[in-house]
Formats: sequence, C-alpha cells, structure tokens
Amino acid sequence: MNKTPPNSFRTQPDERGHFGEFGGRYVAETLMPLILDLEREYRAAKADPAFQAEFDDLLEHYVGRPSPLYFAERLTEALGGGQVWFKRDELNHTGAHKINNCIGQILLAIRMGKTRIIAETGAGQHGVATATVCARFGLPCVVYMGAEDVERQSPNVFRMKLLGAEVVPVTSGRGTLKDAMNDALRDWVANVHDTFYIIGTAAGPHPYPELVRDFQSVIGTEARAQMLDRIGRLPDLLVACIGGGSNALGLFHPFLDDTDVKMLGVEAAGHGLETGAHNASLLGGSPGILHGNKTYLLQDEDGQINEGYSISAGLDYPGIGPEHAWLKESGRVEYTAVTDKEALEGFQLLCRTEGIIPALEPSHALHAVAERAKQMTEDEIILMNLCGRGDKDIFTVAEKLGVEM
Amino acid sequence: MTRLQTAFSKPHPAFVAFITAGDGDTAANLDALVAGGADVIELGMPFTDPMADGSAIQNANLRSLAAGTTTQTVLMIANEFRARHPDIPLVLMGYANPMIRRGAKWFAEHARGAGVDGIICVDIPPEEDGELGPALRAEGIAPIRLATPTTDAARLPAVIEGSEGFLYYVSVAGITGKQQAAIESIEANVSRIKQSTDLPVAVGFGVRTPGQAAEIAKVADGVVVGSAFVELVGEFGKDAPTKLQELTASMVSAMAAARS
Repeated sequence: MNKTPPNSFRTQPDERGHFGEFGGRYVAETLMPLILDLEREYRAAKADPAFQAEFDDLLEHYVGRPSPLYFAERLTEALGGGQVWFKRDELNHTGAHKINNCIGQILLAIRMGKTRIIAETGAGQHGVATATVCARFGLPCVVYMGAEDVERQSPNVFRMKLLGAEVVPVTSGRGTLKDAMNDALRDWVANVHDTFYIIGTAAGPHPYPELVRDFQSVIGTEARAQMLDRIGRLPDLLVACIGGGSNALGLFHPFLDDTDVKMLGVEAAGHGLETGAHNASLLGGSPGILHGNKTYLLQDEDGQINEGYSISAGLDYPGIGPEHAWLKESGRVEYTAVTDKEALEGFQLLCRTEGIIPALEPSHALHAVAERAKQMTEDEIILMNLCGRGDKDIFTVAEKLGVEM
Repeated sequence: MTRLQTAFSKPHPAFVAFITAGDGDTAANLDALVAGGADVIELGMPFTDPMADGSAIQNANLRSLAAGTTTQTVLMIANEFRARHPDIPLVLMGYANPMIRRGAKWFAEHARGAGVDGIICVDIPPEEDGELGPALRAEGIAPIRLATPTTDAARLPAVIEGSEGFLYYVSVAGITGKQQAAIESIEANVSRIKQSTDLPVAVGFGVRTPGQAAEIAKVADGVVVGSAFVELVGEFGKDAPTKLQELTASMVSAMAAARS
C-alpha cells in the first residue's frame, strides 16, 4: 500500500457513518429518520455512565464476563511453533459472542421506549441470543429465519420458541440469511414507531456497524488487559473468523493502534475460492451497496447478489461489515480464507488436543492459526477469538465425517 | 418543457403505471398501459434483494431475473419503448447496487442514451447522493426522490433539494402493495409537502383500485399504481396486455371523474 497510514485506526467511522468509502446509510427514506434517531440515542447512551454501568453489570452477572484467557498448551505442542492462546467467548451464556451485542442493543431499545424487538438469524445463534435478552427484559420478539435454515437448525428454532420468541420462516427470495434480513427490514419499515431491529453483526446502515463493534469490543479490551496481566506484553498476532465480522472487530478494534500486533481475519472459502461456492466477500467479492451499507459483496456483473456457500451457517452471508472493507483497503488487517475441509480439520484438532468442541465458525480461524503457528517461534504469541462452542454443529460435522447418529 | 413536465401539466392528474422490466412480454405490456391512458411509465429494474417491496413485486423481480434479465435488457426495453412512444415519459425505478455497479456515470449516460427521463432509487437517501444524483443531472435525467410519512419537517428540505421531475410521496410507512393510508393522512401530507416545493407530487404504495386512485387524484398531482399491475402480469402472462389496458383505463377515467 502506498497510502500514508492514518494517525489512528480507531477513529472510524466519520460523523456520517463512513469508514473511508465504505459504510454509510443506504436505506429507504422511511427508515432514515429512525436511524438518525438511533444514532442520537446511541451517542447519548455512550456518554451516560448509568448506561455503561448497566451494560457492564449484565455482562458480568448474566453473560459471565470476563471470559477467560487461555493458553492452549497441548495444541501449541502439537503444532510445534508459536504459542496459541484463546479468548474463551464460547463460554458466554448462550455459547457465543453474539450475546454481548444483544445486551447492548436491548438496553438501547428500552432507553428509546421501543416495545417490540425483531431480528434476523442464519444458523440461529443471533436469534437465540436475541430471544434470550427479550425473555430477560420481557419484550416480544420476532425472529426472521430462512425457511431452509429453520429445517436445518431445528434445535435452535426450538430454543428460540422456549424463550418465547416467534420464529418466522422466510420464503421470500431464496429463503436464506440475506432474505431473512430483507424481511426484517420490511417488518421494520412497516412498524417504525414501536419496533427496534437488533442486527446481529457489524453491518447494516450507520450507526449499526459502529455500535455493534463497540458492544463487541469488550472482547478485545478484556483480552488486552488479560495479556498484559498474565505475561506483561501484547500478542504478536490476532486471529478471528469473519462472516459479517463482529467477533473479529470485537477482538481487533482495541488493538488497532498497537502497531506491533498483526491481525488476520479468516473468511469462509467453502468448497474453495476458485469454485465460486464460498462466502469470502473480501477475497472473492467487490464493493457494492446492500442492506444499508457500502461494502464488499458477492455479486455478478449487473450487481445482482450471489448466494454464498459455507459449511458454517454463521459465515453464510454474501456481505461483510464495512469496517473490515476499510481495514482491508488500509492494509491494517490481513485477510485469508479457509475451506470447509480445512475448517473440519481445525475442529477435530481442537477437540482432541484441548477438550474443547468449537463451533464451525472459529474452526476456520483454527486452521489459519495452525498454519501460522508452524511458521512462528515458541516465544511468539497468537491470540485467537474462540467465539462460539460447537454443540450446535455436531450433526453437521457427523454428516461430513460420515458418522450416523 | 421536458416530457415529465408536460405529463404533469395536463388538466388531469398524471397516472403513473409501474411494471417490472423483463417480467412477461414487457414491450406489449407497456404498450397496453399507454393505450389505457397512462401518462408516465415507471419501469422497475429487477434486483435480487428488493427490500422495499411486498410479495407481488418481489415475485416479479424473481421471475424477471430467472428469465435472464440483465441491466442491458432493461436499457434495451427502455430504448425500444422510446422509439415507439416518443412523448411518454419513462422513469426507471430500482435499487442502488445495480445502478452503481458500473459507476454512476456509466448508468446515467446509458439511461440517457435509452431515452430515460427520470430515476427513482429506493435506497440512496439525500445523505448518500453524492454520486448518482449529480451524474443523472449532468445527463439531464431527473433524480426523483421519495418522501414518506416519517419524513418530518426537518428532513423535507433535504429530500426536496436536488429532486427533479416530481416528488414521489410514499403514502404508508411500509412496503409496496400492502395496506393503503387513510385519505386524510395523504391529503395532509401532500399539502404539507406542496408548501415546500413547486414540484408535482405523485402518491403511491398501496393504491390498488380505481376508487382509491380517484380519492387520491382529488388531492395530489399524480397517482402511482404498481403491485396491482404486476399481479396481472404474473397471473395472465401473455394475456396480460388486455387486463393491463382495462385496469389502466378504469383508473384513468375514475381519476378524471373525481376531478371534474
């Protein structure tokens, strides 16, 4: 990159919600006053110590934070190179990092006097986390979920229903996560006065990418302090998987101005980038406008959105948060992609070496960690966000491994 | 005067008819709308993710894309329409991504070349209109903006600023083809908007029957009907033109009667 690096990588977005040329507020006029309202309210909440105190209190006593920082000794030995450390966000209540964001957004919704919550979900993790906070605060919850995902992820559908949410199977378009997001936006536009849309990742119109990142930044803030406390220095490399990119931003953002800390985001290469059947928007897509923001998308030459593919439903989205698009262009973060097959290897490796069953999403990051660790010395440190546990994925994995359950 | 100005200068309110490009025999369907008395044609550019549309237009988008419609197809349909109907204004309506895919300038130049008079882009609000709007104006194409029930007094000037052709008032907070707003609310909002602009105001979303069109014709400069036509295209296929012409004619005569 020939560009002069900015003084800080942590001051994005600008006041209009742009991360460089990405991000923004590309929504129908009906929604514009709402997202301007949300932005004002978010600014006020951010400056309000009582809001922050309530958020922190719920994260500690309801979610179970801080999540542990863990040195994966046997995995490190098995790989024979750099040290591998995990931020254990899979130990959160509901089993993934998604809940951090949902706590923040439902507190905002309540602050704004909204009485009804909607959300979109792919595999159901964000849907479960949203249904959880809605139950906790007694608000009605409607979750839009692609009809095919409703079939494939029946345990999560049942969880959401147990938690009192209404799950709406989405048959519009091709009935996938992006269509679920379309239907959630259609619901929002028709119920603007009482409804709050809890978006599950650091994408969508401004201020969503910013506020989701801020709520998830608890991951990196904790990890940074824990590292300094445990070994007196920062890690050399951060690694996280990327669908929309909220867990990666949560880990990366507090480290962005630590120039000695390298960062690697791992996209889903599905059957392989060359096959076209993947979800690597940054490595295999191009800039465009969808779901309220300008970012990298999987699309054809006419700007029609392509369906992605990944073994991991949580990475199965044809876009990416706009801040990642900017971090890629600025060169601050490196991005790579890992196939289904490689992710399955990472999955099994962690099960056997550390007694941890990871979700398929961070299994992608695990493969990248294994590759990099081998090229590093034993006093170098990799910190990976283990952003979700794998209970939800055991049926998928069994099928891929040819095991009948 | 531009074609759009002429259409909105007639003694009767303008009837704006929408169908999706590439869904069915679009040329025949457009001719039927003109024969029925449509004053302005609004041609939808299909998109995989039409977030502001209800099921009728969503399905039309999918049918069109499944039939292989590309941006080039849409421009060709517009170009051929222009050759057959030199005086009827044609407006393209769609979403940002297909419009900016090859650059706003490319799109504006090619739309101009195809004889397009105006562009309605659903998901580029005034705050993000730094490229498309200027590119369109440079080619003499009217950027037509949407105002909605949530567009308050503070935002309205920004929406009007840079708008040309007409202002499209979205009568309901919602998606196309669903419920209709109360006429009292439409009347109040249209008169509020007209206090701030000399542009004609056309009202759409949820207008399905001649009776509804007539009611709106009393208070607005134009009426937009889309989902009702698109449903006829979906249901009747190659026999759709007759149905489209009949519905257009009954809308137009109900609107004329309401004003007389």
